[in-house]
Amino acid sequence: MAPPADLRLQLETARLTALYGRRAVVKDVSIPFATHTVTAVIGPSGCGKSTFLRCLNRMHELSEGGWVTGKVLLDGQDIYDPGVDPVQPRRRIGMVFQRPTPFPTMSIYDNVAAGLRVNGRRPRGALDAAVERALQQAALWDEVKDRLRASAIALSGGQQQRLCVARALAPEPEVLLLDEPTASLDPTGTHRIEELCHELKRRYTIVIVTHNLQQAARVSDYTAFFYLGELIELGRTEELFTSPAKEQTEAYITGRFG
Amino acid sequence: MSARRVRRGLTSGVMTGLVALLSFCAVLALLLILGNLVAQGASSLDWSFFLRNPVPAGQSGGGVANAIIGTVVIVGLAALIGLPVGVGTGLYLAEYGGGQLGWTVRFVADVLNGTPSIVIGIFAWTWLVKPMGHFSALAGSVALAVLMIPMIARTTEEMVRLVPHSLREAALALGYPRWRTSLRIIARTALAGIVTGCLVGIARIAGETAPLLFTALGNLNFTTNVLQPMQTLSLQIFVYATGPFEEWHRLAWAAALVLMGLVLVLALSARWAIRQRHGAAR
Repeated sequence: MAPPADLRLQLETARLTALYGRRAVVKDVSIPFATHTVTAVIGPSGCGKSTFLRCLNRMHELSEGGWVTGKVLLDGQDIYDPGVDPVQPRRRIGMVFQRPTPFPTMSIYDNVAAGLRVNGRRPRGALDAAVERALQQAALWDEVKDRLRASAIALSGGQQQRLCVARALAPEPEVLLLDEPTASLDPTGTHRIEELCHELKRRYTIVIVTHNLQQAARVSDYTAFFYLGELIELGRTEELFTSPAKEQTEAYITGRFG
Repeated sequence: MSARRVRRGLTSGVMTGLVALLSFCAVLALLLILGNLVAQGASSLDWSFFLRNPVPAGQSGGGVANAIIGTVVIVGLAALIGLPVGVGTGLYLAEYGGGQLGWTVRFVADVLNGTPSIVIGIFAWTWLVKPMGHFSALAGSVALAVLMIPMIARTTEEMVRLVPHSLREAALALGYPRWRTSLRIIARTALAGIVTGCLVGIARIAGETAPLLFTALGNLNFTTNVLQPMQTLSLQIFVYATGPFEEWHRLAWAAALVLMGLVLVLALSARWAIRQRHGAAR
């Protein structure tokens, strides 16, 4: 059920519990994420899958009353260690949200360069190269290469979302977190983002939260099923969808609840 | 069936008419003021009105150049003091003002917002004019700045709060430190709204008279020394309008027209800034 031992672990949660005040919404979850794999997190609304994702780059603690117990190990180091500045893991773990969030005051170029600039100054040529590379990886380069100085909000919804992917990729993170990245996109936009997942997993470790079971089946190597804040089942995607080990998993993927 | 329809149509017509009438009443005040000012003041507007200083009572001619420059200097200095403090306070309230301190600052700003402007004038007199020993434009600017800060702080806070939470999260997830998110992303996105608030604030203090009565005092001569008493349009209008001479009344009308024009220009700039924002936020 867990990834084979020969795969290197990039990210791992150990007995992770996420709370709002005294209410736990993610309970005691331990999941290993192997390098260069895609792991889908599925489950009915309110099962804690988004909160779980937000714990992986210390975004959960920014919510009102949000805090966690347990560990999140990035390359073996706990990102919740008191000595760790939360900004550091966020620079090594990129995130794309449910709705496109381009910075409205910035051009396409500046949006992609934002994560690089915040990391310190670098020569103009290197910045140009990094922006082009990120836009290429996000499959947006051909559509915007002639108008890099145009405002980012002039792009369509699907393009904006790929711009956000490019923005997350530009600082060359090790892990990419996708929080229902296609929820606000049409089928074409969805298809392009899914293709991207296949492309990007060669270089990045991807965790994708989705409420779309077909999508999880299409893009992921491993799937984790959450219910009421608990990890019910984790396994290779084909196995989990064809022969789930748990009754609840089967009920959910066959559409009997959720 | 049809009787009901007629009744509905009638009610709708009456109510629409009533609302239109009330709106007209609201606009009427501005139209009357403007019309009156133009009728009484426009004829006195010539080059010497703008370029010359007042002449002794009884003589004809003369202008209000000292008051126009004085208004620009005093309001400019007030903005120089008030805008950074006001915008900074607003940013703080919106971004970090969740706790007890934020609540207190917000409460103080609201009370200050409702404080009569003449009281703020007395405050400036007590703390600046008296220790310095003489009236000064600087004291007037400080009084106007105090008047302006809570207004600007509250509008800035509102504008910053309008920025979607998702933008903040996007910046933080990219590894932006909190303060940099506030300045580079949140404040930048709210900028047009903040500028609008500042322009409205400046327009609001440009016409203030009461806080200047015992601070800037007024001055018949031209000066740009902020440590000396200085004339403003509002003070000039006050003196001329209450004076005994026909010539003064004429100049007061013209000065009022100029001041009104100044405020209108600021208000229109604010409108324009808003339009820019909506254009950009589409």
